[in-house]
Amino acid sequence: MFETLQHWLSTWMWDWLAVLITILIQAVVIILPLMLVVAYLTYAERKVIAYMQVRMGPNRVGPYGLLQPIADAVKLLFKEVVLPSQSNIYLFLIAPVLAIAPAIAVWAAIPFAEGWVVADIDAGVLYVLAISSITVYGVVVSGWASNSKYAFLGALRSSAQKISYEIAMGFALVTVLMVADTMNLTQIVEGQKGGIWHWYLIPLLPMFVVYFISGVAETNRAPFDIAEGESEIVAGFHVEYSGMAFAVFFLAEYAMMILISYMTAIMFLGGWWSPFEGIPVLETLFAWVPGFWWLALKVAFLLFTFLWFRATFPRYRYDQLMRLGWKVFIPLTIVWVFVVMLLHYYKVGPWFN
Amino acid sequence: MSFEQLVFYAFAGISSLAALMMITVRNPVKAALWLVLTFISAAGVWLLAESEFLGLVLILVYVGAVMVLFLFVVMMLDINLAEMKEGFAQYAPVGALVALVVFGLIYLVVGPEHFGLDKTGLPVTHGPDYSNTKEIAVPLYTQHAYAFVLAAVLLLVGIVAAIALTLRRRGPRDALYQDIDAQVRVRAEDRLTMVKMAPEVEPDVSSKNEEEEGAK
Repeated sequence: MFETLQHWLSTWMWDWLAVLITILIQAVVIILPLMLVVAYLTYAERKVIAYMQVRMGPNRVGPYGLLQPIADAVKLLFKEVVLPSQSNIYLFLIAPVLAIAPAIAVWAAIPFAEGWVVADIDAGVLYVLAISSITVYGVVVSGWASNSKYAFLGALRSSAQKISYEIAMGFALVTVLMVADTMNLTQIVEGQKGGIWHWYLIPLLPMFVVYFISGVAETNRAPFDIAEGESEIVAGFHVEYSGMAFAVFFLAEYAMMILISYMTAIMFLGGWWSPFEGIPVLETLFAWVPGFWWLALKVAFLLFTFLWFRATFPRYRYDQLMRLGWKVFIPLTIVWVFVVMLLHYYKVGPWFN
Repeated sequence: MSFEQLVFYAFAGISSLAALMMITVRNPVKAALWLVLTFISAAGVWLLAESEFLGLVLILVYVGAVMVLFLFVVMMLDINLAEMKEGFAQYAPVGALVALVVFGLIYLVVGPEHFGLDKTGLPVTHGPDYSNTKEIAVPLYTQHAYAFVLAAVLLLVGIVAAIALTLRRRGPRDALYQDIDAQVRVRAEDRLTMVKMAPEVEPDVSSKNEEEEGAK
């Protein structure tokens, strides 16, 4: 569809402009729904946690409070962006951009269904890892530019945490790459075709757990939200931000949450394949559901677990968090890389066909 | 002009400008951030040159990890900018001389007589099936396996040395340690005692109330 558009555009304008316009349209097609999902994820978060705590949650704006995220967005848009004195204003304003730009750029390589991907690149996993590792700069720069002790402490905590858990995440992904024999995200999903027992969840169950928990830590979500730790350092790195500058950090955090859920679903939960594949009656019964919705359903479940964690667990202490990352997850993943290597070498297991 | 050219000039321009800013800017934190921008745009140029593995690893390793640690150190330094400017005029001639010598050496090695399309020929363009990752991996793990393992061992020695340098046991008076294994192993029974108590029965007050009401 976009190729024909680009072709048609290049008939009457410069080539580079046609490519640029096509890429911009593709970006908008992804970013707009993403922002909408982020908005309603905040609504879902408030509602889910409210019901878990026997409260009502937002229910004033619109039916069932459904317009609450819109109201919040409008409120944040009209608020003043306070610039702290003695802060570094350029860096202070660039920091939210540094947080959200990678969180959006990552989506270029994510397949939403069979063939629904902007850039079906060969090193897709590497691209996602590399770009999502840049998000840490938003945190570091905001913490330093704010010229505030709380913000600085929050930035140090958060960036140390992100770097530590990135290693465990990377190793967990390496095991997936070894099993799938490719770094292309579409081909990784293709490799899980043929029923729920072909999903990488089963041979790599510990890696699934490590990856998802590291993902929770990577996005600074509870119970690993020590970067914000309101009882200790107020709100961490974004304590000095208000209005839209704050909202941008918020958007980036939630976009990363959705990204981690998508990556987990693609890597371990069979991507867009139906869970009923190969099961006699159920397969035909659910054959009409398009792959996009299966993937969306898996992502929705993973996002629900994000909220579930937040409502369930108390916050980790900082040294416990670092211990979990460095002394539990990283050794575990390294051992599993060797286990998968040996299994692969001796052709053990039903999943190497 | 094709789109690739546009992207190339954008990345190349940003990378040169950022490199220049990195060495001229006074504030070390800003210098580190300009260096990050240089890395990212250089990675973009590498991606255009069909070496996506190198480009992405540059971002992953240098931008995502090394420079963050760099920033950590630089941000926590308490640097007096006025002190740093002292002695600039004194050292400027020596610095200029060293810069000239280094520039001359670089020019001798990568001067125009070694580069150019007539010397190297057009770079080979590959189709979408070409995987730069595999092209790097195969010689790395076969032809250069020995050097690769050697480099890995060297890095490991470096890590061990760095940790050994900073590792010191501090006594219980200097630092408080927690035995995390003991903390993790703790169970509810260790800290919580369930006490069985006879239920305390409230004395029946209803008859008394009635009496009071009757008195009214």
